This record gives sequence, C-alpha cells and structure tokens, in this order.
Amino acid sequence: MSHFPGSRNAAIATVAAVALLASACSQGSATRAPSGADGKATVRYFTFSAAPDHLKDLDTIEKAFEKENPKVDVVVETAPFEEYFTKLQTSIAGGTAPDAFELNYENFVTYASAGSLLDLGTVAGDGDTSVYAQESLNAFQQDGKQYALPASFSTVVLFYNKDLFKKAGVAEPTADWTWADEQAAAAELTDRKKGVYGDFQPVQFFEFYKTLKQAGGEFLSADGKKATFNSPEGVKAAKWLVGKVGKSMPTEAEIGGAADYDTNLFKSGKLAMWHNGIWQFAGLKDVPFEWDVVVEPGDANKASAVFHNAVAISSGTKAGKDAYAWARFLSSSNVAATTRIQSSWELPPVADQQVLSGYLKDPKPANRQAVFDSLKSIALPPVIKRQQEMQDAVTKQLTEAAAGRTSVEDALKAAAADVDALLG
Amino acid sequence: MTLTAAPPEERVTHQRARPRKGWRYAGTVAVFLLPSLVPLTLYTIIPMLGSLWTSLHEWDLITEMRWVGLGNYIELIGDPGTRAAFLHTLSFIAGYLPLVYAGGLGLALLLNRAPRSTGSGRSLLRGIYFLPVITSWVVVALMWKWLLNPASGIVNWALGLFGISGPGWWTDPAWAMPSVILASAWKDLGFVMIILLAGLQAIPREYQEAAMVDGATAWRRFRHITLPLLSPSTFFVVVISLINGFQVFDQVKIMTNGGPGGATQVVVSQIYDLTFRYGRAGAASALSWLLFAVVLIVTIIQIRGQKRWVTYG
Repeated sequence: MSHFPGSRNAAIATVAAVALLASACSQGSATRAPSGADGKATVRYFTFSAAPDHLKDLDTIEKAFEKENPKVDVVVETAPFEEYFTKLQTSIAGGTAPDAFELNYENFVTYASAGSLLDLGTVAGDGDTSVYAQESLNAFQQDGKQYALPASFSTVVLFYNKDLFKKAGVAEPTADWTWADEQAAAAELTDRKKGVYGDFQPVQFFEFYKTLKQAGGEFLSADGKKATFNSPEGVKAAKWLVGKVGKSMPTEAEIGGAADYDTNLFKSGKLAMWHNGIWQFAGLKDVPFEWDVVVEPGDANKASAVFHNAVAISSGTKAGKDAYAWARFLSSSNVAATTRIQSSWELPPVADQQVLSGYLKDPKPANRQAVFDSLKSIALPPVIKRQQEMQDAVTKQLTEAAAGRTSVEDALKAAAADVDALLG
Repeated sequence: MTLTAAPPEERVTHQRARPRKGWRYAGTVAVFLLPSLVPLTLYTIIPMLGSLWTSLHEWDLITEMRWVGLGNYIELIGDPGTRAAFLHTLSFIAGYLPLVYAGGLGLALLLNRAPRSTGSGRSLLRGIYFLPVITSWVVVALMWKWLLNPASGIVNWALGLFGISGPGWWTDPAWAMPSVILASAWKDLGFVMIILLAGLQAIPREYQEAAMVDGATAWRRFRHITLPLLSPSTFFVVVISLINGFQVFDQVKIMTNGGPGGATQVVVSQIYDLTFRYGRAGAASALSWLLFAVVLIVTIIQIRGQKRWVTYG
C-alpha cells in the first residue's frame, strides 16, 4: 500500500490539472496569407456566400480575374454565415482584416459607420458605375460615398413539392394566393403519421418583419426611434408564424436541434411547402421529385424579402487598388454575371436586362419568373445600430410563443420593450 | 490558478529560520522560474491587464475604443441579464457539485475496495472512468445532445420502455439546465474519482482495523475515519470544481447555446455573446472581472473555512 501524504497527491494532481488546462487553452496561431510571391500583389477575399455550393463558381471568376490581372493573386477565405461576422470582427480588431470582404445589407451600416470600409471613391478613378442596377448601388452608399459594390441579390419565395400536391389532390399555389389559401392547403397536405409536413416557415426575426409587412404593419416608426410592431398587424403576423408550429410544421422538440432540418425535410420529399431563398436552387437540382416556386402568399399586401450582398474593401488595406479591381470584377464583370446566372448563385445586380434574362432559360424551377415578380413589392429588413441584439430579442420572444410558454401578445410586448431599449 | 495545500503547523516552524540568501540566490530562482513566468506573463497576466483596460471602455472591436470609466460595471450590475446569468451559473453549480462529488466518491470507494488481485482490471477501470475527462468537450456535448434528444434520443426511448414519456431535455427550459449538469457531471466524474481514490489509498489501513476491533459498523467507520481523513482531497476537489463550475461554457455553447429562451445563459456564455454577437467587448471584459471577483471571494472563503473541516492526517 502506498503511503504518500495527501498533500503530495494533491500537488501531483495540481500539476496534472494545470497541464491539462494549459493544453486546453493553447490555440493555433492565426495564419497569414503568403504575401507577394514572385512580385505579385496578394488580395485576400473573405466570403460567406460561396461555400459550400458555389466554391467552383467563385474559382471560375477568380481564374478569369487573374488572367486579366496577372500581377494580382486573389486568396479566397470562406466561413459559414453563422460564424462569418464573428471572424470578420475579430480579424479587424486584431489588425489582420482581409483586403476585400463580403457584407450583407443588414451589416453594411454598422461597418460603414465604424470607419472599417474604404471610401471607394479614393481608388475607383473614373470607374463607370452604369453597369450596376442603380437602387442596388445606392443601398451601399453612406453620406454620398460609395463604401461597397453590390455583388448579388436574392429573394425569398415559396417552394413547393408538386408530387405531394398531386397525391393529396390539392391545387398548386398561384401568385394570387393569400395566407388563408396557404393555411388550408397546408392542413390538407400534412400527414404526421407518415412524417409529411404541409408548410415550413422558420419562426424568427427575418420571417417576422416580412410577414408584418404582408399584414400591413410597420416594424419601426417613421423616424426609426420606436418599435411599432406590437400592433394588431404584428399580432396577426406573429400568430400566422407561430400557429404553424405543431400543426403543419414540427415543433422545436420534434426537430431536436438537427442542422438544416428543413432543407433535408424538403429534399427527402416530406415537405409540401417551404419558405426559403433562391440560393437553394442549386442544391435542389437532383431531388427525385418535381418542384416549383411562386411568389410568397400575402395578406393585406404582397411583400417579399430581398437580401443584398456586396463587396467592401478594408480601410486598412495596403492593396486598395488591386482589391478594388477584384471587387469590381466580382460584382460586375461579364464572367461573374454569367457564372452566377448559369449556376443559379443568387442574381447579379446588373443593369443589363439582357444578362438577367439568361436566368429564365434554366428549366428548373419552371416558374423562375416568380423571382423577378417577387421584386415588385419588396420588404427590406429594418436596420439599427445594435442590429444583432434586436434580431436576437425578437427571435427569442417569438420562439417562446411558438413553444407555448408565453402568449403571442405578451411575446410582442416584451420584444417591443427590448427593441425600444436598444434604440434608447 | 495555483493551489498549494497549506502545510501543517509544526512543519512551518521548522522552515522559519531560513537564512537570507541574497541576490545570487534570487537570480538562480528567477532563472528556474523563467520558463513558466514568461508564458504566464505573456498569455495570462498581460491579457488580464488588457481586459481590465478594455472594461473601462465601450468597444465594438471595429471602431476606436471610447472611455466610459466605470460605466460598464454600473450598467451590468443593474442589468437583469447579468443577474439571470449569475443565477443560472449558481443553479448549475448547485446541481453539478453534489452530483460530481457523490458520483466520484462512489466510484473511488468501489475501486478502492476491489481486492489487490484484480490489479490490472482495476487500472483498466480507472482508465475507462478517466477517459471522458481527457475527451474534447465538443465530442462529449454532441454525444449527450444525441442521447438526450427528445425525439430520437436513446434516453427517452429507454424511458419509453417503462411507459415513461421522457421530458424535452435541452429543448425544455425546465430541463435544459439539468441536461447540461448531467453531461458535465458525467465528464468530470473521472477527475474527482482519481483524486479521491488517491486520498483513500493514503488512509492507513490500521485505523480501519482498529475501529473494526472496537466493533464499529461500516457506516461509522466511513463517517468517522474515511470522510475526515479524505477531507484534504475533498477540499481540493471542491475548490477546483467550483472554479470550473463558475467558468462553465463549452457544454452550454454546444448543447443549448444559452437557450431555450435564455434558460441556460450562464456568465461566460453571456461574456461570449456580448463580445462576438453584440460587439460589446468593453462590457464583456467588465463582466469577466465581475466573475473573477466572485470566484476570488468564494475561493478565499473556502480557504479560510477549511480550518474548520479539513483534517490533515
């Protein structure tokens, strides 16, 4: 029997514990891109929208750019959307910001006001901007200065599984559908015993601000200083979303935190209607059933969500001119626009309708016209300085209501109070 | 954190009359300490001072810092979110600490009783119980997330066999924290077991035998010999587990991400969200220092209080 005194054992254990902690805390150091081999300038580009479905397409655009600009080497770094802004923020704080990076419209204001973006006027020279759709270009201006170039846009539509509609003998959705039509069809299409659900629409901020607009409400007051969504229209919109949970779509507990649950459900042919973005087109190419899209049903109004992504240049970059050349190529060159259209990688925000019409040639989905129709009445997300906190607060309260832990009315009241505090 | 078990009183008196060794001696000591002092200064002390400085500013990581003095601290102390985070952390500790200690003690007692002849079998069991301790939290948390999946998890399936309809575990605000506690206690069981087993093996067998001759029951021997002589190991385990408990994060981030409805938002996940979701690195640094203060106070109380119940054999 060993007779070590207890304190010695403790000391040994302490050493072991400290060693464990030390190994747990050590992290790999951030790697920096190799700079300028054989006199080439390096442009580091950070993006969220390319992976995983469109890396090849980005590669095509990059190769074409490097052929035209043999002195520039573009190094692409990607991150999934959920992690993208954390990484971007830390790299800016740590002084290792990429030279050029993708920004969405919701986050543009934050970064532009923070002074993180290069005023493109300083590097553009006499760059002609008439190739861009003007409203897209204007969305990325602040105080009359262009801080980013619009690179792509996408809209949210209603996807539907034609086979499931046929089997259930339900008429397919049309552009004239209202919420009531959608609800009635969803009820008929849902067959929980077979695991078939009628209608999936995520219960979160982005769906809420849009359905609010569909119901005829406004999210913020005209001066942007007060939350106005705690209204009869707001209650109606929230009830529309929350009411689907546990009826035509599974509850949170049934989903059990599975990643990409709705995507997989639709792909497996067990979801009849699905509210999602046109960025899903490429991923649905090979599903073994017929599907199509329509403009989302409305209530008092039609309103479709539009997401805008742009390329910005870091204010701290040393390769401003080369980064601008890349941003411009990526957002407006013929190669970029046609690559995007051929691969259904969202839409290029170009002025030339001829280029855009190529989008309609792809036979799947048949009703591609719906994508352009959805642009006729759009709902842009409300943007405030403390954006993420607002989105989280609204999503959290709606989730509580969806789980039945609070009433829709109380949830909206609490969310409005939170948003007012953030606007403070 | 370094923890040194206080030496017994009489040993202290022997060491008191140490002669002064002068600068040469100090230099030698410094050289030997250097390998640990340099990384400690670079990676712990300097960042800590940096976060103290940051905590006095408003900083979104992308703009220049703006001085706000104690503003962050004042805001945090009045913020219901901070209070909730501390309450959730305390409720985690309240469930985790007794569970991990009782479980670890039970395992240690069982392994300690195993006859010598089962030597290699015992080592094997010890290794198996220790395995979760050295396994990455990502793996463990994902595994428990699957086990406790309300729809397809094996735990609810097994409960179903007995006609029990299992709870929503980490999707239900009432059960989310117990889920995290369960996973945490399971993972750290081996650590507690190893320390306590070492403590048990250091208890001289003669004491037990003498008590047996006097006719003491197994329970009385456990209560009056084993437990008091195990108290130094218990003290170490409690101090370490409490500090770990206050810093709970990985399992929360992966299993519940603070949800559902904020039911498992603990202090460190609040710090994470403040920095990386909401761009408020200043407030997050201030919250880190509040947490540090709480841990420091609790640890001081424990070290002061040990005189009352810790027996050094």
